[in-house]
Amino acid sequence: MSGFDEAEAGGTRTAPGGSRAGSGERGAVAGWRRLDRRTLGVTAVLMAGVAVSAGTPVAIGTRSPWLLPAAALLVGAGVLLEYVRWRHTRFRCTAERLEIEFRFAFHTRKSLPRERIRTVDLTANPLHRAFGVATLSIGTGRQERITLSPLAKADAEALRTELLHRAPSTQDGPLATLDPRWIRYAPVSFVAPTLGLAAFGSLFKVADWFGAGGGLLKWLLGLFGDLPLAVGILLLLVLALVVGVAGAVGLFTEMWWHYRLDREPGGTLRVRRGLFTTRTITVEERRLRGVELVEPLGARLAGAARVDAIATGVEHDDDKTESKTLLPAAPTTVAHDVAARVLGERIEAVELVPHPVAARGRRLRWALLTVLGPVLVLLLLGALLTDVLLVLGGVLAVVALPVAVLLARDAYRALGHGSRGRYLVTRAGSVRRSTAVLTRDGVIGWTVKQSVFQRRRGLATFTATTAAGSGAYSIHDADAAEGLVFAADAVPGVLMPFLETSVSAEPPRT
Amino acid sequence: METGKLRLRPPRHALDRRAITWWRTQGALVFGPAVLVLAFLGLLIPPAAGWLLGPAVVVAVLGVVWCAVLPRWWFGLHRWEVTDTAVYVRSGFLWQEWRVAPLSRVQTVDTLRGPLQQRFGLATVTVTTASARGAVRLRGLDAQVAADVAERLTERTDATPGDAT
Repeated sequence: MSGFDEAEAGGTRTAPGGSRAGSGERGAVAGWRRLDRRTLGVTAVLMAGVAVSAGTPVAIGTRSPWLLPAAALLVGAGVLLEYVRWRHTRFRCTAERLEIEFRFAFHTRKSLPRERIRTVDLTANPLHRAFGVATLSIGTGRQERITLSPLAKADAEALRTELLHRAPSTQDGPLATLDPRWIRYAPVSFVAPTLGLAAFGSLFKVADWFGAGGGLLKWLLGLFGDLPLAVGILLLLVLALVVGVAGAVGLFTEMWWHYRLDREPGGTLRVRRGLFTTRTITVEERRLRGVELVEPLGARLAGAARVDAIATGVEHDDDKTESKTLLPAAPTTVAHDVAARVLGERIEAVELVPHPVAARGRRLRWALLTVLGPVLVLLLLGALLTDVLLVLGGVLAVVALPVAVLLARDAYRALGHGSRGRYLVTRAGSVRRSTAVLTRDGVIGWTVKQSVFQRRRGLATFTATTAAGSGAYSIHDADAAEGLVFAADAVPGVLMPFLETSVSAEPPRT
Repeated sequence: METGKLRLRPPRHALDRRAITWWRTQGALVFGPAVLVLAFLGLLIPPAAGWLLGPAVVVAVLGVVWCAVLPRWWFGLHRWEVTDTAVYVRSGFLWQEWRVAPLSRVQTVDTLRGPLQQRFGLATVTVTTASARGAVRLRGLDAQVAADVAERLTERTDATPGDAT
């Protein structure tokens, strides 16, 4: 199909119901199926939960006699709405299309060509699991996901296999399973401090609702008795960090327990994971354009790396990395093994070309500018206002400058690019070091950028655009001439017609 | 880049000459109102006249220099080319950029004419690929040339099988 037909056909289509002949009869038509009836139970429990949690504070405040009937009404209305949705929603899976209809008051019909289905994910939250149901969610690579919520667990599994044309069982054994020791990498992720601060933030927010925000702080600081204020604040920060670490470990456990990565016959990768909420994420290998080995600073210092899939049809605006993560932070050797099994090529065996020393100079200058800016502002204000700021500026300079220089040098060491077999590899970054491994035939264009500074030093940034992942992967600050040769060789035919070794300036204009 | 080394050659075609006037008008539309507002306020509020008229003059001088010098320079830097296999565009000035999109990977070809562009008989052709960040823009072509390019690209990409990912 050409690009233009594709743009016109769209991923899904919602049309007025009953427009197509033969779809008029209800239920009797072969193949039409309903969602699982247990959704009514799920909704009842959910609404009861909402009623209780919303009603309790009100009940404490008012003791109104209408509260119980209101709660019953809420639950009843919720279940009734869900009944209508369940009763009048039907779907079927024909040889070519997946169709979903809702016919009540207004009619909607979604019809999705099965060849457009790129991912089929199963999720079941604890409530779903208690009722033995799961939600099936279908990704098409467009904005909208289609969900069938809920289906009986076995039906959902069967439908997933059917939609992906897969044989149901797995043979070779998993590509990776969770090693509980990996949990030690959870606290060094950026999640830990964020969670700790968030916990404190919400604690104060709740206290604020009761008008006790200030009191809470006093009480917390009072806990440390006669300690100086600075020590008290430091202890609070440590406490926040401990809470954060606990939270990160908990989150890791909930997300990655029972993790296993399988290759299914017919060419799909399947991630299964989750302690309370179980998730199944599927990536078709024909949609796979490579993997990204991600080493955030904390994990890298601990010798760990994460493996993300670079695939088309995985929503790129989705910031949640979990939906594309093939392997959570695990020892680097494990990450390399998993990547090798997924790609059929060992990443660490690729020889990366280091970038010119001028790239290090650029990074050092950026680092110095980033630090010197705030330091100069502090010193200037300090000279004008108070000596405290002078001291602060000095401390910042002494602490931050070495860190910045270290990071800059580290970032330079990270730079490199190379190719091997079907893949091209580019590595960059210090705080988040990323090694992107892209299939060469997945590259659908090159962009070469050169700032005036780069031009003076003979550097350039080469960006490979692709339909998958974030859409573009860059080789930063490579040698301009060497990078051109590399980019032209890595993806034959794209850059080659536009290269020249000429000496002249501009050709005559046409 | 140095001579003798491998480099990207400039694309074959320059933009339409009217693009220079188009850029100048854009500049005037940005700087003009700013100058007018400053000058107007300066005349209206005598105590602050010095503080407002001074910047007005500075902005006006900047604007005139901007409009007089830069568009001519940009005109030399912005070039484009459509071959049988690819769209190739050079753009940018302080941050120069060369973009190549193979025709086999092109998904849509759009033509856009803003009010100013219509006034000058210009058009922008946007060529998108399956990459979220791979769009190639040809800004400031003659409207007729743009229409021809768009038609040619559409024919070529229609003839290419596959879903261009």
